[in-house]
Amino acid sequence: MSDIRIDMTQADTGEAGFSDYVALLKPRVMSLVVFTALVGLLVAPGALHPVEALAAIIFIALGAGASGALNMWWDADIDQVMKRTSRRPIPAGKVAPQEAMALGVALSGIAVIMLWLATNALAGFLLAFTIFFYAVIYSMWLKRATPQNIVIGGAAGAFPPMIGWVAVTGSISLEACLMFMLIFMWTPPHFWALALFMKSDYHKARVPMLTVTHGRKATRAHILVYTLALFPFALAAGFTSIGGPLYLALALGLNLVFLQGAWAIWRRGEAQAEADAYAVEKRVFRFSLAYLFVHFGAILAEAALANFARYAEFAQHFKILEVF
Amino acid sequence: MAITREHELHKRRSGRNIGLAIVLVGFIGLVFGLTIAKVSGGSTLQAFDHTYRPSLDPDHVRFQQR
Repeated sequence: MSDIRIDMTQADTGEAGFSDYVALLKPRVMSLVVFTALVGLLVAPGALHPVEALAAIIFIALGAGASGALNMWWDADIDQVMKRTSRRPIPAGKVAPQEAMALGVALSGIAVIMLWLATNALAGFLLAFTIFFYAVIYSMWLKRATPQNIVIGGAAGAFPPMIGWVAVTGSISLEACLMFMLIFMWTPPHFWALALFMKSDYHKARVPMLTVTHGRKATRAHILVYTLALFPFALAAGFTSIGGPLYLALALGLNLVFLQGAWAIWRRGEAQAEADAYAVEKRVFRFSLAYLFVHFGAILAEAALANFARYAEFAQHFKILEVF
Repeated sequence: MAITREHELHKRRSGRNIGLAIVLVGFIGLVFGLTIAKVSGGSTLQAFDHTYRPSLDPDHVRFQQR
């Protein structure tokens, strides 16, 4: 009897449950992708059939999940070394690396082809490019090669609202580019604020994070520079067809607070940060999450408010960059 | 008494199979819904076999001119 029990215990480690495959798709990242893609899709001029819109969101999310699986396959060696990621399905021994790769490739193909069929070829191409960018350009190349990995890799996370927009319109416009830039420029200060207070073991995994290669003082300066660079893009969106007075007011306030936080991070040294357990860095990181959510929420609110004739008429005065 | 012992492994396999079944049924439902939406919308259909094609009509004016 005891022999059987031993065999069964060994079998436990080798067979994945359904939730392990779901974990491979990085569901938390997918939730952000779903939200931003949905905003892009809802505010775009024109309309999709509700079923087409639902399919578009599902397949954009599936594409993001597929790139997550490919990332976990390629980074299994790094994940094994780092404490934060050591319990992921591959390093935990629940899913074989080749199985994760096969799942990633298969889901990528399904997501791209189905998005193409459900909407249009450009949306399908952009999703394919996003998966390629995240899995190959970021995971395989930049992540281990340069401390600017977060900056360029952030593009992968910035594509979903553009894909949502293109799914409806079939073309890339200024609005789609500004939604892209909003996430693209937001990613570095968001992640570097986290890197400052998370005592991560990237050095053990030989990943060149800015905090390790250039030091924490340089990272603080980088946060300030990128937060400054983010400001004009966030405001510019307010003057296009997706913006309006509500968005502009919120964007102005949020960017000033973000900038004030980045300034505070830049001004203080390590000793000061350690004395209050990185209180400012943690506050800015939490704020940055709200920053992105409120910006996209405001874009959505502007689209909803456009149904009210008097507000729409008033908002029209602000849309000086509207080209349609 | 059952002759086989239920193990945690069996529950995991069963969960995986049920999960996959739900995903596949959902996918079929979505493709079916998409088909209905595309057909009823009609905008992106080629409708190659379902429209009047002058090139196949011997009574069409273009044929009579030849």
